[in-house]
Amino acid sequence: VATLTAPRIVLSRLEHADSHTISRYLATGGYDGLRKALTMFPEAVASEVDQASLLGRGGAGFPAGRKWSMLRKAPISYLVVNGDESEPATFKDHLLLERDPHQLVEGVIIAAYALQVSAIYIFVRGEFALGLERVQQAVNDAYELGALGPKIFGSDFSVDVVVHPGAGAYICGEETALIEALEGKRGFPRIKPPFFPAVTGLYGEPTVVNNVETMSNLPWIINNGGAAFAALGGGRSTGTRLFALAGRVNNPGVFEIEMVKNTFRDLIYDPQLGGGVIDDNKIKAIIPGGVSAPWFGPELLDLPLGQDEVAEKGSMLGSGSIVVMDETTCVVRAAWRITKFFARESCGQCTPCREGSGWIERAMYRMEHGGGRLEDIDLLVDLCDNIAPGLTWPPQQTTICVLGPSIPSSVHSAIQMFRDDFVEHVENGGCPHD
Amino acid sequence: MTDVIRSTVTITVNGRSFEANPGELLIEAAERAGTYVPRFCYHPRMEPVGICRMCLVEVDSPRGATLQPACFLKVNDGMNVITDSEKVKKAQDGVLEFLLANHPLDCPVCDKGGECPLQDQTLAHGSGETRFIEEKRHFVKPVEIGALVLLDRERCIQCARCTRFAADVAGDAQIAFAGRGDLIEVATSPTQPFDSIFSGNTVQICPVGALTAKPYRFNARPWDLEQIESTCTTCAVGCRVAVQSSGNRLTRVLGVDSEPVNHGWLCDKGRFTLESIDGNETSNDPLDAASRITEPMVRRNGTLVEVSWGEALAEAAEVLRKASEVNGLGAIGGAALTNEGAFAWERLLRGVLRTDNVDAQYGDGLDAGLLQALPRATIDEASNARVVVTLTGDLREELPILFLRLRESAVRYQRSIVELAFGASALRSVATVSLPVRPGEAHFVAQALGDGALPLDVAFSQGELDSARELIGDGNGVVFVVGRPNIAESAEVIELAVRRLATQFPRATFLPALRRSNVMGALDMGLAPRLRPGRGFDAASTGRDTLAQLAALRAGEQSALLLLGGCLLGNVLDVVGAREALDKADVVVVTGHGGASLAYANVVLPAAVQHERLGTVTNIEGRVTAVAPKIVAPGSAWPDVAIASELAEELGQSIGLASVEQAAKTIEETTGYPALSVLNDSTSDGVVVGDIAERSARRPLDPMAFPGIRSTEAVGLGANAGTTLLSNVATQTSTTSATLGDLAASDKLEVPLADSYSLRVNLSRRLYDNGIAVQGSPSLATLKAVSVLHLNHFDLDRLGVTTGDVVGVSGPRGSIRLPVALNDEVPRGVTEIAFASLDAEGNDVVRPILDGGDVISQVRLESA
Repeated sequence: VATLTAPRIVLSRLEHADSHTISRYLATGGYDGLRKALTMFPEAVASEVDQASLLGRGGAGFPAGRKWSMLRKAPISYLVVNGDESEPATFKDHLLLERDPHQLVEGVIIAAYALQVSAIYIFVRGEFALGLERVQQAVNDAYELGALGPKIFGSDFSVDVVVHPGAGAYICGEETALIEALEGKRGFPRIKPPFFPAVTGLYGEPTVVNNVETMSNLPWIINNGGAAFAALGGGRSTGTRLFALAGRVNNPGVFEIEMVKNTFRDLIYDPQLGGGVIDDNKIKAIIPGGVSAPWFGPELLDLPLGQDEVAEKGSMLGSGSIVVMDETTCVVRAAWRITKFFARESCGQCTPCREGSGWIERAMYRMEHGGGRLEDIDLLVDLCDNIAPGLTWPPQQTTICVLGPSIPSSVHSAIQMFRDDFVEHVENGGCPHD
Repeated sequence: MTDVIRSTVTITVNGRSFEANPGELLIEAAERAGTYVPRFCYHPRMEPVGICRMCLVEVDSPRGATLQPACFLKVNDGMNVITDSEKVKKAQDGVLEFLLANHPLDCPVCDKGGECPLQDQTLAHGSGETRFIEEKRHFVKPVEIGALVLLDRERCIQCARCTRFAADVAGDAQIAFAGRGDLIEVATSPTQPFDSIFSGNTVQICPVGALTAKPYRFNARPWDLEQIESTCTTCAVGCRVAVQSSGNRLTRVLGVDSEPVNHGWLCDKGRFTLESIDGNETSNDPLDAASRITEPMVRRNGTLVEVSWGEALAEAAEVLRKASEVNGLGAIGGAALTNEGAFAWERLLRGVLRTDNVDAQYGDGLDAGLLQALPRATIDEASNARVVVTLTGDLREELPILFLRLRESAVRYQRSIVELAFGASALRSVATVSLPVRPGEAHFVAQALGDGALPLDVAFSQGELDSARELIGDGNGVVFVVGRPNIAESAEVIELAVRRLATQFPRATFLPALRRSNVMGALDMGLAPRLRPGRGFDAASTGRDTLAQLAALRAGEQSALLLLGGCLLGNVLDVVGAREALDKADVVVVTGHGGASLAYANVVLPAAVQHERLGTVTNIEGRVTAVAPKIVAPGSAWPDVAIASELAEELGQSIGLASVEQAAKTIEETTGYPALSVLNDSTSDGVVVGDIAERSARRPLDPMAFPGIRSTEAVGLGANAGTTLLSNVATQTSTTSATLGDLAASDKLEVPLADSYSLRVNLSRRLYDNGIAVQGSPSLATLKAVSVLHLNHFDLDRLGVTTGDVVGVSGPRGSIRLPVALNDEVPRGVTEIAFASLDAEGNDVVRPILDGGDVISQVRLESA
């Protein structure tokens, strides 16, 4: 049974059908956080966020406060919000963009004030038509309210927001590719160094890139204090966090729960959350943090939902997307589908990712649909190793960005955990589940 | 000069420590120290992108040794690198295997086979067997992405060399990546083909056979090719080239990575003009520029008939002797000659025929004495200059590789360009200041750059003038690039402007931007009035330049003309006057190519041309380099030195030049001008006249960066490479050069007032003009410039016409009809027309309506 005592921080308005409107937002404490922030020194706002120990919610889990502190001092700097959520099974930002866009906008303005940036860009995945419309509406409302534009709420602080739709590339979720796309170029991730947009980002100026959920936490943190946020959760993983639960569960969806206090088992089986596995089947494997993460077997279900706790076991909590596979799931098909996604979405720059993803996908297709060979199993592992040498976690990489080492995660996990299933596919001449 | 003294850092590669320059790329530092890291996307002449991942090496970092791309990583002190571990080998082999996964196995029919970096690296590092049993990706192939380049997307390994070259180096971002994953492809926009004049470079640097050049495609196999290194003389930049042939047939010209000049790049005209030299047997009409002249000819009963050399020489000698006895002789042309050829003709003309009426230019250049008197800059100095000021036409059209060098200087190194903009120009977008200058204004714009007073009625503001002056300062560190932007304007305008600049900015230096092949060498060999071999000057002598000779011929004061090259009529502005002059003259033509001027020839002597002859040439900066013969000249064509010598014998005298080597030796011994020592060193970048101590070292040939070029050892040349015996070269020329004071020129110039009903004409040069290179090369001929009146939108509106409309054009000698096009880079009140362009019917109609009688040319336009 899950521990559900923590307040809802980012999903507090969800029970209201009109949670996305300015009237509902104002009626439920909207823009109090910004008004309060504007009475503080920018450094004090940043310090609250630092105290909250808010880990980035985009996937890498880098502390937001530390990212902010790295922003190079310069006459021009930018804040970019990454709303390009595009990975299969990841759908938490989708909810925030559509259902509480004002919370995002308020969070963004608070961050802009804390960082004293020149302009804000909210990059929203192009396919999120409703989300784009609602975020743009929220921005328009904020201008009307005086929360954006010159002299926000009568203060000396002025900032503008541009909402920028993506054009359909997953890779633009990688922050440097997103910056390239914002600049009007093809979304190719930038080679590192420079390692951080905080030094050289959009148009060559220092830039902070934060995730939608990260930004949505800010109004609460300012209203309630960083310490209150840090008091929730445990260890480095503070506060609550959104988990997108998918796969073979009775009640899939997005859940906001306190970090560390709950385990994977709690999330999957609690009647108020996942509600258990379909048909009470046994869990075969779970993906703990998005489809780029290595898989866990059922023996790790009691692991707490905390960033370091998951990392210690060789995977990641990542974007907070948890996929449950039960004994009816074909792990070969699951791994093939995931690889197919990466093969289609590889930007095409680096050879190992561009060619490796396509090769692995084709070999996995044969494995699943007939034509697999026993030697393909070791070949697949070796190809994985050529993209992420050593197949360690966190991975080593031969590519510019982390899409490369994301490719091997599922294939390598599936082979490592369920080699017999692959052998069965070969001997059966295709998928035995069909 | 801009280099600051800097300390070095110590890095360790495979346990061996050595010094490297801070900021140097690891791949370069390692290579210098003898460790070659395999690569595909890296190219030494472009910014690294680190995308092919072939150059992954292990580098110590705070997180332990990690795999990092050596091409992108800059060295820092204490860096520890391993390039030969199992981990590195597995990563590199893995990348190579991935590259081959989708690469077709069509090497036997691929033009790159045999000189292919992918093939070579696979042979060196790859596994013998493929583990890839999947269906390879398929594309329609090949796709014609431009007039000269074809793309095979299946072979492409996505290294981005071509796209980076096009966007970053050439500034023609007409090709880019489209698609994702392993279906990513190089593509053009549906409405814009890849028509960059530098397109051939993408073919040359492609590390696979994805990009092929139409003229070379399926023409030869690399192992059948023989190569010599030479200098391209299509224009006067002097790019070093590798000329390759199969048997006695020229197959390909590739750019050699010459540090002081072309950095490995070539323009498409220089690269593909080889078709005009051989392989083009479409015409045997001597009046057609596309034909080669292979046999001596004399005129019998009105037609040119082939005769023996003896007969032709006798007749030529007779024509010249007769004229010289009444002092009515002169010579025009010579820019296509080698220095040795020019020297031989100079000896014949001044020494034997006793005439000072010689001129290598066609009235379309600048006063050779003035150029000699200017303090000179090299191409490197211009590229490294704090500020470059251009008084030229569109350099991309006139001297393409100089354009690339200056563009790189502005774009990559943020140096400033001040442009005196006479018309449309590709440098406009990267220039810091562009001052629009109309015909007849350059000299007072030059004055204004000195005194700061805005002249009345110019097309720029005081603010723009001030920003230009602020950049130029006192001229220290400034290089003026001076050419002849407008053939329809008298040379006096630019010459006066240049004299004023030289006087006002004595600390500035000048880079001449004359365009025609070896014109600088011909002038340095004395082929201009008052000039003498070895960049000498004789103020006391008198002689007629080209325009004066033509006038004298018309007036009956001169009776014979020796044409060194057959393209007089294609290059003078007053083509009507030139025809009249030729009509009255006895004409001897020495040429390798046909041309309209041959219609007036009494005798035609066939000469060897580019890639068929040995010698030296001099480029715009005064760099003397060797040109070498790759093929034997067709028919009975001789080198010019031999023709001049034999003609002298026929005239009963000897000029003492039995061979090209003899001529080179004589030049060097009698004038101190570098010749024989350069000739002996045919694989170097030559020496700059007056600065022979400056020698630049060649970087070792990297077949990954310059596939297709053989090392000098491999082609059995270069025994003397890099070993020019400087002691053989006099440190200073022993002749006296002109000074500004020698040029008793007036500081006054009467420019007729612009007629408000008329437009001033800017006849500017185009790369693909109607000259021999383009007419004789079928691949280039389709790109020939079309006669269009380019007008500012004010003038279009005034006439009530838009792009594409045809208007009537009236000049002093008649009227024609031509289409107009909007071009706001053309100043108001001016119409820019491509010189030697053709109208829709294929006729050169613009020059015949102009007379060149005034300092500027004007036309009136009538709509409807």
